[in-house]
Amino acid sequence: MIDKRYRNAAEIVAQCPGLQDGASLLVGGFGDAGVPNQLLLAVRDLGLTNLTIISNNAGSGDGGLAALLKAGAVTRVVCSFPRSAGSVVFEELYAAGDITLEIVPQGTLAERIRAGGAGIPAFYTPTAYGTPLAEGRETREFNGRHYVMEMALRADVALVHACTGDRWGNLTYAATARNFNPVMATAATSTLAEVRQLVDHTPPETIITPGIFVTRLVAVAA
Amino acid sequence: MITPLSTQDIARRVAADIVEGAYVNLGIGLPMLVADQIPPGREFVLHSENGLLGMGPAPLPAAANPDLINAGKQPVTILPGGSFFHHADSFAMIRGGHIDVSILGAYQIAANGDLANWALPGAKLPAVGGAMDLVAGAKQVWVMLAAHVAKDGQPRVVERCDLPLTGLACVDRIYSDLAVIDVTPEGLLVTDLLAGLTPEALQAKTGATLRFAQNCRVLRAT
Repeated sequence: MIDKRYRNAAEIVAQCPGLQDGASLLVGGFGDAGVPNQLLLAVRDLGLTNLTIISNNAGSGDGGLAALLKAGAVTRVVCSFPRSAGSVVFEELYAAGDITLEIVPQGTLAERIRAGGAGIPAFYTPTAYGTPLAEGRETREFNGRHYVMEMALRADVALVHACTGDRWGNLTYAATARNFNPVMATAATSTLAEVRQLVDHTPPETIITPGIFVTRLVAVAA
Repeated sequence: MITPLSTQDIARRVAADIVEGAYVNLGIGLPMLVADQIPPGREFVLHSENGLLGMGPAPLPAAANPDLINAGKQPVTILPGGSFFHHADSFAMIRGGHIDVSILGAYQIAANGDLANWALPGAKLPAVGGAMDLVAGAKQVWVMLAAHVAKDGQPRVVERCDLPLTGLACVDRIYSDLAVIDVTPEGLLVTDLLAGLTPEALQAKTGATLRFAQNCRVLRAT
């Protein structure tokens, strides 16, 4: 019987393939909505080093991402908008030179991850053409318009937050807490999901992330 | 004494140009005011890039749902007919040309429509968000300026931007506290001018050559 459920956050991150020193992690969420805080705290407790975090923001307040950064586990961040109210921990590490930052336009970030999950190695987009964020990048002209080549983005592990999940790994999401989570779930070697509620069965029409994309899941307090 | 438009006046002037049925993305900050100035009887759909169409007004604090936020990470509501979707779909709407109007703030706009609105010299931390995707993908890009000139008196509308660019030749129209200006292949064309302000006075506050429409409309502060 397929059963991807784990009992708690500590067990779900233990012996997770790809989750080791130097790993890259896709982390869902936008602002404070849909951030897999419990998984991030469990990863922090593993004491890993030299991690790369790919996420829209760079952690706010005392949330899970800020806690992971504060623990010194992260040396590189790929994101679109690190400058948010309350992203104090990241700002201090960046100012001290303890962390490198790659800024990616938000849509390019989403599309690079989508491409990574869909087996597309690279694509062309007009976004950022002629700006500092496209410097040194391969460009090409199609029908008189200029485009920048962007590489797909995959990671060793994706951490996502969902509303409900079942034993097959099928997930649903709450309102705008969906954001990057479904697309990130498709683009990692191991996808770990924290869900607010485990359900016996998910009506198929309501499933946003089919279980094929999910490796393990765990219920966390809402 | 000539009274410039208030930010609410500018927002009302912008809203008057949005046609029935349009899909509109409002940038963080000043453009958000447009949501409160929708003319009675006109329906347009607000898109928020974190995965929401049909964005409604802010809820009462007691009714705020932390899962339902806008791109500025503030609590919002969803109107009848609205929908939620993930980030790759949200930016397919933007990058695929499905958004009719993107309304943004700006540091500088050039006479050819180049826009600089994401990075200031000496900023502690770079952050771009979705601005580069919006200017590359939306059918129309409108820029709002709370003040026609910067605080230090330097023009914001210039012959050539010297700040890092967001996009090339992407701005279609500029709304400031003094004027409405179309960016045309022949250069900047003033279509609306503040009551009591002479064309010469507007030109003196602008770093690029202006032309004035023959039937230039009059803007009045309320």
